[in-house]
Amino acid sequence: MSIQVKFFASLRETVGIGDININHVSSAGEVWDLATDKAERPLNVLVAINLEYAQFDSLVNDGDEVAFFPPVTGG
Amino acid sequence: MSNYIEPLSFDPWQAIVKHQQQADIATKFGATATFIGSMRDFNENVDVSLMYLEHYPAMTQGYLDKLEQQAKQRWNLLDTLIIHRVGEINPADPIVLIACWSAHRRAALDACSWLIEELKHQAPFWKKETTKNGERWVAKNTDGL
Repeated sequence: MSIQVKFFASLRETVGIGDININHVSSAGEVWDLATDKAERPLNVLVAINLEYAQFDSLVNDGDEVAFFPPVTGG
Repeated sequence: MSNYIEPLSFDPWQAIVKHQQQADIATKFGATATFIGSMRDFNENVDVSLMYLEHYPAMTQGYLDKLEQQAKQRWNLLDTLIIHRVGEINPADPIVLIACWSAHRRAALDACSWLIEELKHQAPFWKKETTKNGERWVAKNTDGL
């Protein structure tokens, strides 16, 4: 099992990653650090765990899907 | 209640009529409130010739379902319909349709207004615009005024 990580929109282009799998992390913030090799995190980045908005100190578990994206602009 | 993501151009008025006929609410509703968001050919004082709408499919679906359920719990609605475009969008094309049906006007009007505001704040869609200077991501929603 591993954690599936996704980046969307401008953040995907900035980070240069769309999807990546990682292991051995305990929080969403650690997911960011490992997936991006500790890239600086823009202040307005949002995070979702298993399709629900979460915080960067939210816990993640094996099999979770963690997504990072900029402020939403639909509608 | 119904919602879906639409990858192709659509006619919101036809969608409303079709849904109304299929939903078996004829003779029950006395009010239909609708919001249709369409693409402008300008944004922040720059001409925009094309837009690309990206989304996070599974999360978007979950949030549209959740918003419709919350609206139905909060207001006395007979039915709701949400359609949201993704992909390439041209100026004047509809981007989003929200329709609410109720027996009396206040529930439909208030729910429709609430749904578009919540959708804009929560549903994971992102707009990328093509301008004469190249492409740019829309950084945030306007305040709607």
